[in-house]
Amino acid sequence: MGCGTEGVIAALTAAAEVVSAHRDELVELDRVIGDGDHGENLQRGFRTFVVAVTRSVPPTPGAVVKLLASTLISTVGGAAGPLYGTACLRAASSLGDAPELTPAAIAAALRAALGGVVARGKAEPGDKTMVDALTPAVEAAQKALENGADIHGILVAAADAADDGAAATIPLVARKGRASYLGERSAGHLDPGARSTALLLRALADAT
Amino acid sequence: MTTPRVGLVIVSHSKKLAEGVAELAGQMAPDVPIIPAGGTSEGGLGTDYEAVTHAITTADQGAGVVLLFDLGSAQMTADMAVENLENPAQATVAEAPLVEGAVAAAVASAGGQNQAAVAAAAEGRTAVEEPRQPDAQTEITLTNEVGLHARPAALLAGAVADLDATVTIHKNDQQADAASVLALLSLTARKGDHLTVTARGPQATEAITKIQQLTKNNFNEQ
Repeated sequence: MGCGTEGVIAALTAAAEVVSAHRDELVELDRVIGDGDHGENLQRGFRTFVVAVTRSVPPTPGAVVKLLASTLISTVGGAAGPLYGTACLRAASSLGDAPELTPAAIAAALRAALGGVVARGKAEPGDKTMVDALTPAVEAAQKALENGADIHGILVAAADAADDGAAATIPLVARKGRASYLGERSAGHLDPGARSTALLLRALADAT
Repeated sequence: MTTPRVGLVIVSHSKKLAEGVAELAGQMAPDVPIIPAGGTSEGGLGTDYEAVTHAITTADQGAGVVLLFDLGSAQMTADMAVENLENPAQATVAEAPLVEGAVAAAVASAGGQNQAAVAAAAEGRTAVEEPRQPDAQTEITLTNEVGLHARPAALLAGAVADLDATVTIHKNDQQADAASVLALLSLTARKGDHLTVTARGPQATEAITKIQQLTKNNFNEQ
């Protein structure tokens, strides 16, 4: 599948479907250590994006990601809105006006997205947040790029690393977000933000 | 026309909470615009970026806006809304306990304080920055016979009184406001003592020059 504007729209539409398919799982994860709205919020954001992107097709891949950013910021009521929104804004800036995406552009966009999440949420690795999935994903994407992987290969490497990173949040005690109020009781549960990050990256990998 | 007051925006996950905080803080400051921005656009728990942006516009009378938030993601929404304003300096997000911060900010705003001072009040700080570098400073050695006694102290205080500068005289670890004769006397500075003079404000340099002149002339002693 190509990675022009149409390809990016198709990949993000596929991601929206994955979010919907996993809505209840994310709600349940968030109900245990958070406020239980993660699945519903993300689903609302991605659904609104799919409608918006069909109504008026943006000119470049970067513009598509920017539309996703603004949609998530304005429609997701929880922390995921500002966090994924900032991530997508930074990724969109990194992609610029390029009409086609290269493997290097994908790796750079992921790194920019991580920078956005960290700047917005001030979380560090080990805080039991989406940063724990996204950080290893960015590193794996970089390594795959250096080994000559194509876009699909880069996203598969990122998704694999994000899965491992998300799973590694289970024993952690949360130091950021609503779960941090639970202290020790947050240990033993998968972080919903790390899980949704891994799901999104897997969806993008499967769609390319 | 009344002076514009700094507006407040209460960003909360809960519509009721935002309204309640606005009501409570408003009791202390009826002239201050306090706009609640709570809950999602669908009426659920969460924060609404568009609503916060709109509330900032509504709250701004021309003196700027201070935002207060309840929990972490409300802070993120507030930060984003401010960053994306046409002029981000128009609003400040205060990191403060919501209820106490809102009341403190409302009172500060009602008292005519500016945006920075209102944010500082919410955060339990004073906006005056203490350890600021002086704008001008000098070292002097008292060479007149009586030291900083009543008459020289009065001359010194008089010399800086009309200037737009805050002048402080330091003797070892003691310090005195140069505009206060009593404070200067309490330094008990004598002939031969070394003093540091610091000045802050638009006329700091003039103040320093005047004091150097006075010292050089032995405070006009005969």
